[in-house]
Amino acid sequence: MELAETLGILQRNLFSPLTLAFVLGMIATLVKSDIEFPEQAYKFIAFYLMFAIGLNGGVELAGTSFQTFVWPALATIFLAILLPTACYCILRTVFRFDVANAAGVAALYGSVSSVTFVAGIGVVETASIGYEGFIPTLAALAEWGIIVALFWGRLGLKAPNDAIGKVVQETLTGRSVILLMGGLLIGMIIGEQGFTRIAVVFSQGPEGLFRGVLVLFLIEMGMVAARQLREFAKVGPRMLAFGTVVPLIMGVSGASLGAFSGLSLGGAFILAAIAGSASYIDAPAAVRATFPQANPSIYLTSSLGITLPFNLLIGLPLLFAYTRWFCYSVVGCAVLPAGG
Amino acid sequence: METTTISLVTIIAEGVLRERLLEDLQRLGARGWTIAEVQGHGISGISEYFWAGSQVRIETLVSPAVGEKILAYLREHYFTDYSVTAFVHDVRVVRAERYV
Repeated sequence: MELAETLGILQRNLFSPLTLAFVLGMIATLVKSDIEFPEQAYKFIAFYLMFAIGLNGGVELAGTSFQTFVWPALATIFLAILLPTACYCILRTVFRFDVANAAGVAALYGSVSSVTFVAGIGVVETASIGYEGFIPTLAALAEWGIIVALFWGRLGLKAPNDAIGKVVQETLTGRSVILLMGGLLIGMIIGEQGFTRIAVVFSQGPEGLFRGVLVLFLIEMGMVAARQLREFAKVGPRMLAFGTVVPLIMGVSGASLGAFSGLSLGGAFILAAIAGSASYIDAPAAVRATFPQANPSIYLTSSLGITLPFNLLIGLPLLFAYTRWFCYSVVGCAVLPAGG
Repeated sequence: METTTISLVTIIAEGVLRERLLEDLQRLGARGWTIAEVQGHGISGISEYFWAGSQVRIETLVSPAVGEKILAYLREHYFTDYSVTAFVHDVRVVRAERYV
């Protein structure tokens, strides 16, 4: 890839409304401004984004053959088993964590942060490329990683696995899974024709609200990332290394497997964002309920305090660069047009 | 007015325990409850973590015997691992048959 082209992308990235909004959020927090995103508004916007992503995906899905979908889906399931298992093993052997703490951290890193997922979509939008309609399904499949981690933990503690049933149910009915898959299903049913009537609210294309709402969301993300930055100083060097290196490795595996399984550049990168992210809302609650003996300040600080801001600021751009390189130089994957 | 003295059990617990505690209460004989999301600070420090949502405060009016049963159950199943506070008041109510 030529230098001029790279610089062009960098410039487009830097001066996109999404990036600028993110920077605004960061500055606002760093100068201790009193701007604040009401929690209910934040929840609603997250709700809207997940549902809209599902819906747009569903409409796109109409032309997809089973074969283009099945390999990426298998790759995602493989990642959902591999990543938490690898995290758990590394934490047990290298970090010498006890079972509960290792399983707790693995559960967070094995599941998906919907914020990072949406931020990944933002990066793809900024780069003006598209992605496969079935991507929401992959995000939902990746949520299963938490069950794998909790399973290892229960096994390690020799605890009965009856509580896992409840976690399985909660994962299947979790809000991001329901909104993504529900939206996807509705999108498939209503098709292009039904969608044009609601496109003004839900479309990710230029005629819809989606991109504008995403800009608002990125202001909040900038605020969250900046608020968490001081946590960097609080954790030891080992957790700092874990919280930054592991997401990159997970993201690289996601991008590579995604590209090999036939995903486009945009799709492979979003799979990287999914794989490299660590949940910090739903998974911690499940871990707290399942392993009360694990220390929240370990698993929560590494996920929310280190990995989330790291991914938003450095991880995602790095992973995008990697995915571009991998797609162009190794696999030769497709680049889809933007604005589905 | 004629009143009866029964027990008001108050439980303040981590938000993640909400559903589990309500199921336990029902099984132990509570016929109703009031629940609120609350904020606070305690020695466990769990309330500092924003993800747990807030803490919940559950109040239920029960017979003194059920109140004792609830406290014993909480001690056995929750006090070691979770941040849970529980206490019992004697309260006077009319229409005690609604609660016990």
